[in-house]
Amino acid sequence: MTDAGKGSRLTGRQRNRLRDSGLALLMLGPSIVILAAFVIYPLIRAVFLGAQRCSVQGCRDTGWGQYVDAFRSNEFQDSLVVTAKYALITVPIGLVLGIALAVLADKYIRGVGIFRTIFSSTIATSVVVASVMWFFLLNQDVGIIASWLGGTAKTPGFLNDPDTALWAVSASSIWANLGFTFIVVTAGLQSVPKDLYESAYVDGANGFGRFTNVTLPLISPTLLFATVVLTTRAFQSFGEVDLLTSGGPRGTTTTITYLAYGKGFATSGDDGLRATVSILLFLVLLVLALAQFRGLAKRVHYGN
Amino acid sequence: MAIDQIRGGRRIGRYVLLTVMAVVVLFPIYVMVIGAFKPFDKVLNDPLLPTHFTFDTLRDAWDSGNLGRALWNSALVAVIVTFAQVVTSVFAAYAFVFLKFPGKSIVFAVFVATLLVPIEATLTVNRRTMEDLDWINSYQGLTVPFLATAFGIFMIRQVFMSIPKEMREAASMDGLGHFRFMWEVAVPLSRPTIGALATFAFLSSWNQYLWPVLITTDEDYNTVQTGLKALKQGGLTKPNIVIAGSIIVALPIVAVLIAFQRQLIRGLTAGAVKG
Repeated sequence: MTDAGKGSRLTGRQRNRLRDSGLALLMLGPSIVILAAFVIYPLIRAVFLGAQRCSVQGCRDTGWGQYVDAFRSNEFQDSLVVTAKYALITVPIGLVLGIALAVLADKYIRGVGIFRTIFSSTIATSVVVASVMWFFLLNQDVGIIASWLGGTAKTPGFLNDPDTALWAVSASSIWANLGFTFIVVTAGLQSVPKDLYESAYVDGANGFGRFTNVTLPLISPTLLFATVVLTTRAFQSFGEVDLLTSGGPRGTTTTITYLAYGKGFATSGDDGLRATVSILLFLVLLVLALAQFRGLAKRVHYGN
Repeated sequence: MAIDQIRGGRRIGRYVLLTVMAVVVLFPIYVMVIGAFKPFDKVLNDPLLPTHFTFDTLRDAWDSGNLGRALWNSALVAVIVTFAQVVTSVFAAYAFVFLKFPGKSIVFAVFVATLLVPIEATLTVNRRTMEDLDWINSYQGLTVPFLATAFGIFMIRQVFMSIPKEMREAASMDGLGHFRFMWEVAVPLSRPTIGALATFAFLSSWNQYLWPVLITTDEDYNTVQTGLKALKQGGLTKPNIVIAGSIIVALPIVAVLIAFQRQLIRGLTAGAVKG
């Protein structure tokens, strides 16, 4: 690869390098444009927008204190508590159910394929479809569960009772996510080498001992992944709240995302305040992800 | 195999448990299907039995929800988004793995960092951008922001990295340019992962809710998800019309899932096993 000369001062290698760079720009171009325009720019812009108040007339600066004020406001604090409760209900229950189903359907017995399909099936329902289904199970006027329990007319119904509304939304969400958790945990279980079970068996470990001492540590990376995904989903929940309870009754199901994008809040006509709340949500999610990785990663066994 | 086989009483016990759990999981779906094939005034009379069979409820849902239009919109949007995401991801991943260029690690770090940004943090500004571009109630608005994702690029990059560098060198010796190497070697070798990305992208697009709610007001641009919301708001007097609507909406996804089950599972578990 020697330079052919002819007036060119570039060596062959340099020319290759330049051609590679041009090609790279061509190949990366579309992705750079989209990510810059719809992820990076709006994120940076939202940080500044969050220090403004907006109406139809336009936006005016109110200062960075708006983040502190919004964070301290009763509405945000309440939504933070609601979201935390929601995550504390949906993540552990969803995870335990998912693990139970996966373990139950892990061993080969005749017909297990049918059960696996059934347990994965809820993944076919979107948040909207699942919410609509549960709305008509739980709604006090037309709901089937409600009518069985004889709850019509007398009681406000699961979705309208402040004591049960969050649990009702959680039930819908746990059900809708069960397919995902089942599939992920099943994949984790199938990556566990079978000879490890056999040696544990030879060592005299019983079923429960094998599960806690062999299975759980070996699928811990999978469980960490599922925990992080489920927690993030809980903190981003919007559709189930919008369709089941619209944040009510009395704000008991107003999650952070619903506070930012739902109707009937101070944020509704004010992009500035919306940005403030959504950036706060971003920060909460970052802290949470970091905490989960640092707290749980220590217990995660990655093998070798 | 000794411990993989279960026998006798424990086996029966396991079947009982499996069946109980299957009934619990399927119950909401069963109730929905039964309700969708009944006239609306009969839903609460024996909700668990398929009596008074009729297709009228499904037809009502189809008409009053304008679901034909919504299905077409969702399909169009999902196909565009899926195709574009596969193309942009493959190209970008190729550049990251097989090309040398200045600033590569910085660009890659910025791409990966965007994975941490939840969509909720960018929606407000993106909606304003849509207003500025006059893309409220448009297919551009529904698709353009999702034509490339860091997730897709990262996923394809991981599989391209597993292709031995020697293969590229050998191909280069044979005079194979980058585009031909990508098309004839890298892409075929990565087909399962690309399939996983496509399935995942299609489902994510189909299931989007908050974004279409924010940037569409015109019923003509309803996706199936927002169409279902509209149906629910108008359908409290005839609840099972909404149920029937949700069956219509879920059916294409069931078909996609049956066809691409393996790809989806691969996609979902890409980050799960051996973190």
